[in-house]
Amino acid sequence: MSVDKSKRTYSTGAFFFLAPAVAVLLAVGIFPLIFAVGVSFHQFLLPKVHWHGNFLGVWPIYDAPLSWFQNYISIFQDDSFRDALSRTFLFLIIVLPCELVLGLAIALLLHKPGNELLKKICRVALVIPMATTFAVVGLMGRLMFDANYGILNYLWSLIFRSRPNWLADPNLAFFSISIMEVWQWTPFCALVLFSSLTMVPLEIEEAAKLETAKWWQILWRVQLPFLLPGITAILILRTADILKLFDVVYIMTKGGPGSATELISLFVQRIGFRAFDQGIASAQAIVLLIIATLLSRFYIKFVYKEI
Amino acid sequence: MTSPKSKAGSTGQGFNVGHFILLLVIVVVCVFPFYWMVTTSFKEQGAILSSTPQIIFRPTLGNYTTAFQKFDIGASLINSLIVALSTTAISLILGAPAAYAIARFEFKGKRDLWFWFISNRMISPIVVALPFFLIARQFHLLDTQLVLILIYLTFNVPIVVWICADQFRNIPKELDEAATLEGYNSFAIFWRIALPLAAPGIAVSAIFSFIFSWNELLYALVLTRTNAKTAPVVATSFLSGYELPWGQIMATGTLVALPVIIFSIIVSRQLVRGLTMGAIK
Repeated sequence: MSVDKSKRTYSTGAFFFLAPAVAVLLAVGIFPLIFAVGVSFHQFLLPKVHWHGNFLGVWPIYDAPLSWFQNYISIFQDDSFRDALSRTFLFLIIVLPCELVLGLAIALLLHKPGNELLKKICRVALVIPMATTFAVVGLMGRLMFDANYGILNYLWSLIFRSRPNWLADPNLAFFSISIMEVWQWTPFCALVLFSSLTMVPLEIEEAAKLETAKWWQILWRVQLPFLLPGITAILILRTADILKLFDVVYIMTKGGPGSATELISLFVQRIGFRAFDQGIASAQAIVLLIIATLLSRFYIKFVYKEI
Repeated sequence: MTSPKSKAGSTGQGFNVGHFILLLVIVVVCVFPFYWMVTTSFKEQGAILSSTPQIIFRPTLGNYTTAFQKFDIGASLINSLIVALSTTAISLILGAPAAYAIARFEFKGKRDLWFWFISNRMISPIVVALPFFLIARQFHLLDTQLVLILIYLTFNVPIVVWICADQFRNIPKELDEAATLEGYNSFAIFWRIALPLAAPGIAVSAIFSFIFSWNELLYALVLTRTNAKTAPVVATSFLSGYELPWGQIMATGTLVALPVIIFSIIVSRQLVRGLTMGAIK
């Protein structure tokens, strides 16, 4: 009885602390989502629909004809949505291992004793790529990969005696956006894994060093267990971010040439705001949301099992 | 010859050349694109368009004056600042109490609520941007700072909740119990005890919220046209054309990115703490 009572007072306290945040997130996050579901069941070509007032003052009403699941059906009949999705996952499985391996290498270098001042500078330098406005990273990419004047292209020509047009060739453009993504987010992996390495108790590491001089044995047997939570977190966060990736690619290639670098966010943005088909775009966004939610549920379950 | 050297390196004494060079390469790779952008912004078009990169050149401020006059970068920087500061402040006011409740109280559905908060990070912005555009259009909110401040709450409140909840959990529960005995109610405990003790975590979440808002492009691109245009949107105005005005573009890029980069370097310790906090727990 008394336990029950104390629990209830706690709950009412919690209610007042939580209510504002939950109310606002419902209003700006969930309400638009429900509205998107509504739009996705209509034939909603932006130039053709007209507004007919608001239901209850908040829900806009349009004269768009109801088309039920037609938008969803056409998504699955149309290859371009599936292509954009598989392109995004291809990007993910190319980029993520690079970021993890390079990140781990950097973390190990930072963890190795010696060169203390340079290591300090290095830790600060690693912050720069992450903090750079994503749109500006796209601009940097365009400047450095430019066919005629790009510095990377120049360095390439010194070695290989050719000046490929990076952003105009489908494969090279895909490669270029991958490079910029790896440049920007490898530091994140490095810093997360570095701080995981510092969690390894010093005695254990010293003892292991007395036993073997091979760094990969120490990595595999001693450090890896401490690295696992960090690696899992990187997998979750980078997957989520790559499914959202828009800015860098939009600036660098705008999805082109053709649709060679059109990742899923760019694809949906084009349908909704450049082809003005809000109905199809909303349906695609809902499908994307379902995929992302399933992935995150899967990941979260996976992580919470670890703990 | 090599074996004593490597031994010295592995035990931490002496100077290891290989280690030094590798670290130096990392620093150069991290800094170089940024350095190249800034130097390009001071170059004349002729120096930029030479087929061999010009390391030494006569600097000019012309690109910056053009960026301010032609692209109105000043106004968009002010927009970015207003939006980022407002949304950060509101996110803290909403998020910190919610984080406290999640860290301290037991109630039904807490786990689900927590999942809901953190799964907001997984939602692609395009999902929210589409309906938000239609709704904002009907309320005549397009191209206002308010609409950006509101929509940025969708990712900032979860960040604040995530980082602050972690911080509140680390405050010893005994403090709460002692304060309850003193006659404090839960609001007083939150305000007078938990909040000051959680200040470092709150600062970290504010830094993140500010940087993410400043850097955001997709929502700003979709929801603004001219009046409320933020700095990253200006960066998209150069997408077409054959001979691009690289000097002006890079001047704009520098003006957009530099404030946040300097800020991040100053707070880099807190930043790294925040990045890794959620990750290794």
